Amino acid sequence: MSHRSDIKSLIWGAILLLLAACVPLVANGYWMSIALTIAMFTVLATSWALFSGPTHYISLATAAFFGVGGYLVGTGMSDYNMGFWPMVAIAPIVGAVLAFLIGIATLRLSGVYFVIFTLGLAEMIRTLVSWIQNNFTGSRGLYVLTDLTEADIYIYLVILAAAVYLAGWWVNRSRLGFALRIIGNDETVARHVGINTATSKVILFTFSGFVAALVGALIAPRYTYIEPNGVFSPELSFIVVIMALLGGTGRLWGPIVGVIPFALLQEFINANYSNYSTLVMGIAFLVIVYFLPKGVVGRIEQALATRRRSTW
Amino acid sequence: MDIIITGLLLGGTYALIAFGLNMQYGVARIMNLANGEFLVLGALAAFWIFLADAISPILTMLIVAPLAFFGNWVIYKVLLRPLVRRAKNQGQLEVDSILATFGMSFALVGIMVSIHGEYFTYSYLAEPFEIVGETFALNRIVAFCFAVLIGGALWLWLYFTRPGMAMRAVSVSTEASGLVGINVPRMSALAFALGGAVTTMGGTLISTFITLDASVGVIFTMKALIIIIMGGVGDIRGAIVAAVILGLVETTVARLIDPGLTLAAAYAIFVLVLLFRPQGLFGRRPT
Repeated sequence: MSHRSDIKSLIWGAILLLLAACVPLVANGYWMSIALTIAMFTVLATSWALFSGPTHYISLATAAFFGVGGYLVGTGMSDYNMGFWPMVAIAPIVGAVLAFLIGIATLRLSGVYFVIFTLGLAEMIRTLVSWIQNNFTGSRGLYVLTDLTEADIYIYLVILAAAVYLAGWWVNRSRLGFALRIIGNDETVARHVGINTATSKVILFTFSGFVAALVGALIAPRYTYIEPNGVFSPELSFIVVIMALLGGTGRLWGPIVGVIPFALLQEFINANYSNYSTLVMGIAFLVIVYFLPKGVVGRIEQALATRRRSTW
Repeated sequence: MDIIITGLLLGGTYALIAFGLNMQYGVARIMNLANGEFLVLGALAAFWIFLADAISPILTMLIVAPLAFFGNWVIYKVLLRPLVRRAKNQGQLEVDSILATFGMSFALVGIMVSIHGEYFTYSYLAEPFEIVGETFALNRIVAFCFAVLIGGALWLWLYFTRPGMAMRAVSVSTEASGLVGINVPRMSALAFALGGAVTTMGGTLISTFITLDASVGVIFTMKALIIIIMGGVGDIRGAIVAAVILGLVETTVARLIDPGLTLAAAYAIFVLVLLFRPQGLFGRRPT
């Protein structure tokens, strides 16, 4: 990538972010709430794709980290009289440590072990947390009372999105990103050319855990009342995977292409046919695997490439 | 004593479920994450038929097994075979099959919730039965016996017949068994269908003593996967030992600490296996 196109894409990114930051000026109520959902999933799906995109390791741990973030804010403020911001600072560190530990336990092995481990993780942490609450702390639900509005949280998430995009942009250019792409193409080759495959994977996975826990913490005031069954809902992990794959993980801006339509679809389904949301998720997975293996972005790029070839 | 026998009984049924998934992953090379949903389908069928006509779940198995066999065979042929053909390597196939079976599992959950959104509660053979001076529910013992019967029959088939041998050959190496004239696609389809049928029967058995609901399948998939990894992929002996260990540990935790912590206990075992014996209990370390 040349120096000039770098600067160009940075400028484009900055303009789009500024536009996104202006949404609270025009939207209110219902639309603000949808914008907040979109911002949340943009951060989650993009940071998910940073790790899972190049390596093809499907992580289903997003809900676990997100839940840890939200739950820590809840328990910190309700049970230990902490402020909101100190908890927001602690939560992502806990998320990162958790991701690091899971990473060193599972990422040395083949990808299947990792998927299986993350599959039940959110549910496992939920049962643990419920058990601790029932037996030791007593309270089941936790209150997060702040004077932050949805628009405030939205702005924080847009800033976080900007940070994630910058980090992703930097990783793609760095040796680490290069290493990850080789791992994704052929892990044996990567090991033979001297890449420490486990370390590279663990670093990126830790980063995604950090971000997911931070999102969970930041968005906690939106729900006011935090309950383990709510924040550790495993569905979140699957939605993030669908959104990222639907958009395409080949490009940094791929996931957001999937986030916006799928968030709107979800909103529509939940409002009108809430019984069918699981079925819709299932169909979405099947559509991606059979018709959009490289996501919408991959499909568009493919179409452009064939068109260019035929016009020459 | 009570805990040990209950754990053993539970482990037997777990072994049967893991057997089903082992055929699908070990032979057909499909990481089937919709496996637990077939288990729940088996339970739903038992519940439904029992409520409608009071037909014993054991007889229901006779209806459920061929249906599940056929259903899984169609799924393999229509949905999974194209993925096998498309995949350039095992890693790609794993990613694709994981995503595709996720899709199926959610679709199945969605359909089952719309059929019956509550718990599948029914009571079958909930009578006391005495072994060495302690009482157990008869349904647990009957389920265990049938799990042993089905598992034993499969084992005999795998180890003492020609198709069984062909199937074991495919599980060792798809390329090599293709070279010696085994019809690999056909064997894979058969293994997938058979595995699905076994898991579904396991679900019917489990539903006699555990109350299930439409969305619980993923927990059983998780447990079956932990058993397979602990036992070593394709290793039947290992899977049985692993299933019994899981059954014992879960029962111990449920009795002595809290029934809500069984999943956490399963995870603890999983972490230990991953850290110390990722190749399985009896597996050899790859060189």
